[in-house]
Amino acid sequence: MTVVLNQSFTGISIGAVLLLIALGLTLTFGQMGVINMAHGEFIMAGAYTTYVLQKSISSAGISLLVALPLAFLVAGAMGALLEWLLIRRLYTRPLDTLLVTWGVSLMLQQLARDVFGAPNVQTAAPDILTGNISAGSVTFANNRLFILGLALLCVLGLTLVLRFTPLGRRIRAVVQNRDLAEVSGIATGQVDRITFFIGSGLAGVAGVALTLVGPIGPTMGTNYIVDAFLVVVVGGIGQLKGAVITAFALGVLQSVLEYSTTVSVAKVVVLVAIVAFLQWRPQGLYTLRTRSLA
Amino acid sequence: MSGLSISRRGLLAGISAVGASAALSACGAKTGTEAASGSGAKADTSGSTVKVGLLNSLSGTMAISEVTVHNSLLLAIKEINASGGVLGKKLKPISQDGASDWPTFAEKAEALITDDKVAATFGCWTSASRKAVKPVFERYKSLLFYPVQYEGLEESPYIFYIGATTNQQIVPALDYLKKQGLTKLYLVGSDYVFPRTANKIIKAYAKAKGLTVVGEDYAPLGSTEFSTIVNKVKGSGADAVFNTLNGDSNVAFFKEYKSAGLTAKSLPVLSVSIAEEEVKSIGTQYLEGQLTAWNYYETTPGAANKKFVAAYQAAYGKDKPTSDPMEAAYISVYLWKAMVEKAGSFDVAKVKAASDGIVFDAPEGKVTVDGATQHVYKTARIGKVGSDGLIEEVWNSGKPIKPDPYLKGYSWASGLS
Repeated sequence: MTVVLNQSFTGISIGAVLLLIALGLTLTFGQMGVINMAHGEFIMAGAYTTYVLQKSISSAGISLLVALPLAFLVAGAMGALLEWLLIRRLYTRPLDTLLVTWGVSLMLQQLARDVFGAPNVQTAAPDILTGNISAGSVTFANNRLFILGLALLCVLGLTLVLRFTPLGRRIRAVVQNRDLAEVSGIATGQVDRITFFIGSGLAGVAGVALTLVGPIGPTMGTNYIVDAFLVVVVGGIGQLKGAVITAFALGVLQSVLEYSTTVSVAKVVVLVAIVAFLQWRPQGLYTLRTRSLA
Repeated sequence: MSGLSISRRGLLAGISAVGASAALSACGAKTGTEAASGSGAKADTSGSTVKVGLLNSLSGTMAISEVTVHNSLLLAIKEINASGGVLGKKLKPISQDGASDWPTFAEKAEALITDDKVAATFGCWTSASRKAVKPVFERYKSLLFYPVQYEGLEESPYIFYIGATTNQQIVPALDYLKKQGLTKLYLVGSDYVFPRTANKIIKAYAKAKGLTVVGEDYAPLGSTEFSTIVNKVKGSGADAVFNTLNGDSNVAFFKEYKSAGLTAKSLPVLSVSIAEEEVKSIGTQYLEGQLTAWNYYETTPGAANKKFVAAYQAAYGKDKPTSDPMEAAYISVYLWKAMVEKAGSFDVAKVKAASDGIVFDAPEGKVTVDGATQHVYKTARIGKVGSDGLIEEVWNSGKPIKPDPYLKGYSWASGLS
């Protein structure tokens, strides 16, 4: 029983990491159709932001708290810049965005290597996050609880913005029918940039969270980018609730398989399961109903 | 954005294709031109300098460890040049980045031998990279000096193994754990040749000596998700963990280990790939009290070590620790120098012939080259990580142990190969 509970928590915490890295992507890929391979590098930017902050603010707790909003802004600004420089010219050619942003991601990795050096670096976690809470024989690692809370907070925030703010309404309008939104007087170009800003910013927040579990390095984003796309595709493109369910389901599946087999076998089985699922439901868990013809 | 006109299936294929592109491009690495038959690649020793190759991962997941080895090779070369060079010629180091990628290692090794015409090459860390370059050095009959402890069961006429082989590190470590009464082991390692082979040896030892292996898990090299493995360890009833993880996976592993409430007191981890440099970058708070097995620590007593530590810190910074692979790398250049001088020539065959019995007063104590196996006699040392990040010796073998890469002297190891 202890094992089952511990393992369920592990699954949920893996799911929370998946959710955090995929959340920004549900906006930029899901809602806008941009295949942003540089999403992983925005995660990296968030992680390095934490590292730089910790060098200037010695208290790990304060630097982490400052890092969260700052990483959002840094990664968001990078995303908005990328959108303005390149992506806005490619909205009608989604597959080309894959190649262009792949190139950008390689450049960003090299840039990180030049600025921060090739070896990976680490940040110290605040003391409170290195411990754990025990309930009976079940152990909850504090850093995992923090990431879970952060992921849920981001989902909540994003939901509120999309549902209840004028900006959210405009984003949804542009996603559902760009032309109609345009003739209704919405500046779609501006909405695109803000959407990209938020999506990339969320990647930065994910980067801050990842510093709590592993090392920071120029290629850390590539470790996560495929998983992030899988979550978004399986969840149903552009569907927040699909992404949430998928992230936790994949996390639990991964951890259960890892427990009963090995890490590599678990990865293979998860991929096979995803392929099988997409054969059955190519559109993913949920689909977006739009008024567009395509 | 209206009309996402691509299929999910096509998209997934596209993403995985891009994701795999690095691996694919590596597979396409050139196999190179055939060496001229006969004596193999000739080093260029015509000028007043001699080129030597340094082959380390300066980027990627292994850079955390290998950059320090690279630094320490450069230090030895600088010292040797300052004292007049080798046979009156200054050494000119040519650095190549193996980038933590085995095919890249092979490609760069070939470039060092054929393009730069180096007299010898120093480097590699993971066994996977060594296995990748081994055929290159054998084909061109050129020398590699390998500075890291490894899983044994290998001998190449063109490699000198300056780090420990199994009977100088893993076997003494198991002896130590057994003596402490820690008899139920959980094996955690990176998924490649060193941990897999090391664990095979550990299991053979366990079977013969009454230890139990209660679990065995491997994570892909560079993996950073260890929550499940740590859960398994926790629920396994083990007395100790034998850790053969490599590179910065250790960061994620030990963070997870501490988060799960496991400590050096409740469930000690004995690591064979974590030295002072890694302790520092993983974070002392995660490692305090944990055990390591090596032949050298920064704290190892002796004048030769004092000089080495002082020279390294003068060159790279007062806060930089020294470690076992760095020390082995450092002495590898001196051992090669002694061999060349004894042979009176840079010629590979002559250098090899001169190698047996070369003695060097190393920071770890006196080391002697065993010409038959091209390994080195080394003292085994178990250490404990202190609160200052340095490792204090808690046990040593008393005298240098004769290298036995195939464990021929151990009856329980007879089935291994």
